[in-house]
Amino acid sequence: MLLADAPPNPWFSWQYVTNNSADIRSALGQHTSLTLQAVAIALVVALPLAALAHARPRLAAPVVGTAGVLYTVPSLALFALLAPWTGIGRTTVLIGLVAYALLVLVRNILVGLQGVDPAVTDAARGMGYGRGRMLWQVELPQALPSIVAGVRVATVSTVALVTVGVVVGYGGLGQLMFRGFRSDYHAEIMTATVLCLVLALVCDVVIVLVGRWLTPWSRSTRMLADSEV
Amino acid sequence: MDIVQDAITWLNDPLNWTGPDGVLSLAAAHVRVTLLAVLLAAVVAMPAGVWLGHRRRGGTLGVVVANTTRALPTLALLTLFASAGLFGNTATVLACAVFAVPPLLTNTVTGVGGVDRDVVDAARGLGMSGARRLWSVELPLSVPLVAAGVRTAVVQVLATVPLAALVGGRSLGSIVVTGFGTQRYGQVLAGGVLVAALCLVAEGLLALAQRAVSPRGLQPAPARSSRRPTPVAATADSGSD
Repeated sequence: MLLADAPPNPWFSWQYVTNNSADIRSALGQHTSLTLQAVAIALVVALPLAALAHARPRLAAPVVGTAGVLYTVPSLALFALLAPWTGIGRTTVLIGLVAYALLVLVRNILVGLQGVDPAVTDAARGMGYGRGRMLWQVELPQALPSIVAGVRVATVSTVALVTVGVVVGYGGLGQLMFRGFRSDYHAEIMTATVLCLVLALVCDVVIVLVGRWLTPWSRSTRMLADSEV
Repeated sequence: MDIVQDAITWLNDPLNWTGPDGVLSLAAAHVRVTLLAVLLAAVVAMPAGVWLGHRRRGGTLGVVVANTTRALPTLALLTLFASAGLFGNTATVLACAVFAVPPLLTNTVTGVGGVDRDVVDAARGLGMSGARRLWSVELPLSVPLVAAGVRTAVVQVLATVPLAALVGGRSLGSIVVTGFGTQRYGQVLAGGVLVAALCLVAEGLLALAQRAVSPRGLQPAPARSSRRPTPVAATADSGSD
């Protein structure tokens, strides 16, 4: 322990926060926008993929398998594989993040769609629902709890993953952590870490609330415990 | 493409493979750190998981632990540990062990706790004590899920260790990070391929190992009626009784 006569290097320092608020705010903004954009894109891609895998069960294994392989590739390696083509910067990070969010989303949406009570779909078919209407008005709403759970997991892990973008110079709060490590500035690392956790928590709560609002018929606290994939 | 050419050249240079900072030595360090981290996590998580599962408790605890660590960036923990005075691979092992705990813990808890109630009751009816039930009924039946947890943990840590190169840990990630630092993108690409290959190979091997350690009666048989699926399926979507 060198703490005895070293200059003070506290882990928590409000002074750091006030002195560098512009810096912190821009990192936080970058982090938030990357997260939201990645999850939004992943959701837009995952919905048709999962619907396709659901409609053609033979495609389910390849779709989930490919996403699984993508997911197994470590983030650092993925950024390293992408960087030569997409360059250093935002695009690389964004593509990586979307790839990771994709697996969680596709799997959860698929599980949700497959978990729809057959009696319900039979009833809908009996009432003359076609394929598209069935998917849109019966199956997707029924699968919503599972989809919301997937979006929660994807968002929270994306918040954490953005920091790895530091290797291509676009890591949001990770940028602060890394700089803090380089210059041995404890407060900078800790502030960035806490902000990451807070951001993840805020996103999670917002998604839960949106999910409740979307599924007014299932007012239960069940969803809070269902987030495990 | 130029970069691909560079990467192939890099991979074909024997000097990049041997020596203290060669691929082989870095890969060995990578695997060593991974095993240490998973072992450390297992020592903590598995007894706790077995106990919680045996008492049929702790389901929520597992979920809470998993969700919290999911939100905590690896980089944050690595930089925190590294600048708290733990240099090199000590910080890496500790940080990775933290991230290996959730899969091990949740899978052990659900594995042991998710054993069919009827089976446990039957064992009790045969006069088995709590410890005997745990040892000869619950643990064997939980093997597939626990093995799946180990597999997840190992692959996840293998994927996390490269990040430690950013804070001075030695692993295959060092190749990528050095490449980025010196703007040699051929090397970056080569390192990325190596890291990805290591993880995919490990995932494949562990999948085989998982099948090998599962008791024969629990292995999913393709052509059997769905009345007796593996416990994985039984706990995942608790069927109608």
